[in-house]
Amino acid sequence: MAARTVTDPKELAIFEVRDLWAYYNEKPAIRKVSLKIPEKKITAIMGPSGCGKTTFIRCLNRLHELTPGASIKGEILLRDKNILEMDPVLVRRKIGMVFQRPNPFPTMTIYDNVIAGYKLLGVRLKREEADRIVEEALRKAALWDEVKDSLHKRGTYLSGGQQQRLCIARALAVKPEVLLMDEPTSALDPKSTAKIEELIVELKRSVTIVIVTHNIAQAGRVADYTAFFYLGELVEFGPTSEIFTVPKDPRTEEFLKGKFG
Amino acid sequence: MNRLLYRKLKDRLAFFLILVLALCPTLPLFHILLGVVKQGISSISLEFFIHLPKPPGEEGGGVGNAIVGTLMLALSASLLAVPIGILCGVYLSEYAKGRFGEAVRIAADVLQGTPSIVFGIIAYLWVVKPMGHFSAFSGSVALAIMMLPVIVRSTEEILRMIPETLREASLALGVNYWRTVLKVIIPTGLVGITTGILLSLARIMGETAPLLFTAFGNPFWNFNPMQPVEALPLVVFKYAISPYEEWIRQAWGASLVLTGLVLVLNLSARLLARRMGGHGR
Ligand SMILES: Nc1ncnc2c1ncn2[C@@H]1O[C@H](COP(=O)(O)OP(=O)(O)OP(=O)(O)O)[C@@H](O)[C@H]1O
Ligand SMILES: [Mg+2]
Repeated sequence: MAARTVTDPKELAIFEVRDLWAYYNEKPAIRKVSLKIPEKKITAIMGPSGCGKTTFIRCLNRLHELTPGASIKGEILLRDKNILEMDPVLVRRKIGMVFQRPNPFPTMTIYDNVIAGYKLLGVRLKREEADRIVEEALRKAALWDEVKDSLHKRGTYLSGGQQQRLCIARALAVKPEVLLMDEPTSALDPKSTAKIEELIVELKRSVTIVIVTHNIAQAGRVADYTAFFYLGELVEFGPTSEIFTVPKDPRTEEFLKGKFG
Repeated sequence: MNRLLYRKLKDRLAFFLILVLALCPTLPLFHILLGVVKQGISSISLEFFIHLPKPPGEEGGGVGNAIVGTLMLALSASLLAVPIGILCGVYLSEYAKGRFGEAVRIAADVLQGTPSIVFGIIAYLWVVKPMGHFSAFSGSVALAIMMLPVIVRSTEEILRMIPETLREASLALGVNYWRTVLKVIIPTGLVGITTGILLSLARIMGETAPLLFTAFGNPFWNFNPMQPVEALPLVVFKYAISPYEEWIRQAWGASLVLTGLVLVLNLSARLLARRMGGHGR
């Protein structure tokens, strides 16, 4: 099991990325990144704009390769199995994603949005089972109390923050092992942001979270580990408290001081 | 004081000029509507809708067979054109970014500008000649080819407007590409696609030329798609150039029914489009 340990030997890694390169039209956006993402922890991906954060997490669920002209090289082991050699559709069922802008399905009700992962796959659920999954996912996403009386209204009638939590519920309903979040609060007001941060910390009991964030304070509040990217390279990775207090690389230090970003 | 009055007057004049110019395009429409209603309304009765035509010289009779025929042609043309048109539009918006897609797009645009009688000739060559006789089916083939470009291009444009993030939301749930298109993309654009279908129907319902040597016309009831069938525009054409006063009167009646049908289709398309705009998608 030595291969699956992280910097901190007590933690097990769920993802192990080895020498990952990702390209857009032959131009590298991720350069030889290797890191181990610990299980049931929150890992923050930070770095200045354009450094490849989005590209990196889109590699983890193989969404990257859907961009025209994009390609990928290296290994990404999910529990010792290389996901780059698996069927991408199956990979995505294990790894959920929440996007920067809330994107509920506009033709579906709140209820149907939550079980979209089943409906769209053509999985038939019994009525009670569907009800149970919907309630459980909405409770986990801290949205249940606000929507329990309007489950059959369109998801797009909700506020931005509520829509984002609906998208979190949709991702959680299919019970993923990992939840990827790409700046999930950047389009939201401070109150909704606080709510979602609280929720993220709560969620790590059941799922591994990888979160891209621009907000240094947010990473400090929620993340157990932080990875710092710069121009497509992984500059530094370690427990958030260490990275924030004693950064080893001068570029990390400058970023934390707000010199660029 | 006088200058002010003069300026105000000039202002008024300009306003009226613009108003009159703006009314120009609507004038012919109202003239047509008014004419058709005035001349056609006297023919309209229950009998007109449900009876067969009478031979020349006899009073009365109706265009029931032509109404049935027109509906039959529209329905079967839609059955042919809608699935193909939607699939083609999906293909163009989802896959075809390169040269082949561009070729398909140009083909659709050229098809849209082709004189309608050409579609009649095509259907004559493809269907009437091999079958050996005229038929409703050959007419609907001609009309379907006319509908295709409208459906293809409107479907493509609507689907292109659907944000990428919605597609990714579905793909990220582990839904494969085809199911995503079928269950997320098409339903999201459905209102817009339907608008395109209604507009294409409105376009073909009034066509005479493609039917002249395909559906051909038929003075009797016909519900068999493999036999010639009457259609409202064919009736208008035949009756209007006939020497019989009663037939000419009925040509106006048939025009009124046809205009009404097309108007209803156009207005429903409008309403749908407005609803779509209101929902912001
Ligand atoms: N679709 C694309 N086609 C070509 N190049 C792209 C594409 N998307 C991103 N890139 C390039 O890849 C690099 C990394 O982009 P990426 O979106 O991963 O950055 P990011 O760290 O998420 O930035 P931000 O903080 O602004 O979201 C950038 O230089 C960008 O120009
Ligand atoms: Mg980004």
